[in-house]
Amino acid sequence: MTTPSATVGDRGPAPAVKGGMDWLFAIAVVAIAYALARVIYFTPDEAIQGPAQKIFYLHLPAALAAFFAFGIVALASIGYLWLGDPRLDRAAESSAEVGVIFTTVVLVTGPLWARPVWGTWWTWDARLTLTLFLWFIYVGYLVLRGAIDEPPLRARYSAVLGILGSLLIPFIHLSVYLFRTLHPRPIVIKPSAPSLPPEMLTTLLISFAAFMLFYLALVRQRYRLATERDELALEEAR
Amino acid sequence: MAPSTLSAALLIARKDLAIEFRTRTAFFSALVFALLGIVIFYFAWDPTAVAPIDLAPGVLWGIFTFSGLLGLQRSFGIEQADRAIDALLGSPISRESIYLGKAIANLVFVAAVQVIAIPAVQLFYGVPLLEHAAPLALIALLSAIGLVAVGTLFSAMAVNTKLAEMLLPVLSLPFFVPIVIPAAQATARLLSGRPGSEIVGWLKLLIAFDIVFVAACMLAFPFTIEE
Repeated sequence: MTTPSATVGDRGPAPAVKGGMDWLFAIAVVAIAYALARVIYFTPDEAIQGPAQKIFYLHLPAALAAFFAFGIVALASIGYLWLGDPRLDRAAESSAEVGVIFTTVVLVTGPLWARPVWGTWWTWDARLTLTLFLWFIYVGYLVLRGAIDEPPLRARYSAVLGILGSLLIPFIHLSVYLFRTLHPRPIVIKPSAPSLPPEMLTTLLISFAAFMLFYLALVRQRYRLATERDELALEEAR
Repeated sequence: MAPSTLSAALLIARKDLAIEFRTRTAFFSALVFALLGIVIFYFAWDPTAVAPIDLAPGVLWGIFTFSGLLGLQRSFGIEQADRAIDALLGSPISRESIYLGKAIANLVFVAAVQVIAIPAVQLFYGVPLLEHAAPLALIALLSAIGLVAVGTLFSAMAVNTKLAEMLLPVLSLPFFVPIVIPAAQATARLLSGRPGSEIVGWLKLLIAFDIVFVAACMLAFPFTIEE
């Protein structure tokens, strides 16, 4: 394996590589492991759905983390067009990529649960359709990023798409909502008291916290990668 | 003296339409594409199981988006030859006028394809579309405005990427979903003779989409221009 200084060659010393342990990532992995152990061994099975219901502890936190991720994309995109700070572009890029991963988790765990419980892998329910289109919008966002080499142009174009994509979400939601929806109604955040039994609610909240930590850790890693990539590009341009 | 936003926009639209009228390449390819699509879709279903009246709205609006993409691809593609876009940007015309002018030209293009495609669906599928000419024209106009608002912006972006035209459908089609669903649903309600109140909701959705995206895309357009 070549050392970083050997690949950079005579263009001067390599940028300092931040070595060592990524503590946030380590904590996030431990938190996810703890949440999963709790889901599998220390949370009662649901009376009707049985073990299939346990997917819920992955599915809902992943969905919330994905929505959060795309919210960050929209905010960072607005911020970029306003301030022109490349750090905001990197934040949007990182958050979009991690958001697509979490949306993929949602789209994979959903059918796994739906097959035994609804009796079908997929149905054109409003929330499923919206999630699928979220995935399409942000995969398109990543395709756009990959199709432009010049960083300022890439940043501006992706910011435009990041903002328009967030404007599109309510329209897709409205237009697909008018089809009858099959999805379970909200059972945690709703006008009356949560109907989830307390031990399940605790597991859900722990799982949610673990997913948010995992989201932050991944975005932080991805953001560092983007920073180093941009530094390397500057180095090579010199 | 710089011309006003609207008159400058009309000037740009007239330029684009004059180019299109003299060459007619994009229009005929979009038109033939639309007609081919209408014909091919007819054979994609079992006519003894699905009645043409159930197919027609979906085919009409599905084809509408795909043939619209053909026209949109050309919108900024023609400005790439000899870097004509630089002359356009150097002229004393605001960015908003360029966007608006391009969008108006695209709107005329898409509407012209629809004027032939809608009777063709009536002819080939035997459904009474033209009996509902006025509401259908309204649905078509509202859909076309939304389609060109988003499509014109993405066309300007796509030409500056490595993927060029390849990128336009990937970016645009998710945005056409809230256009195709209301347009197809409203058309289906019209064809099955449902009361007008069932269509109003879908029309409101189209109008809201048009307002939001015409404004948002016009504001975003200056950011998509490569100086």
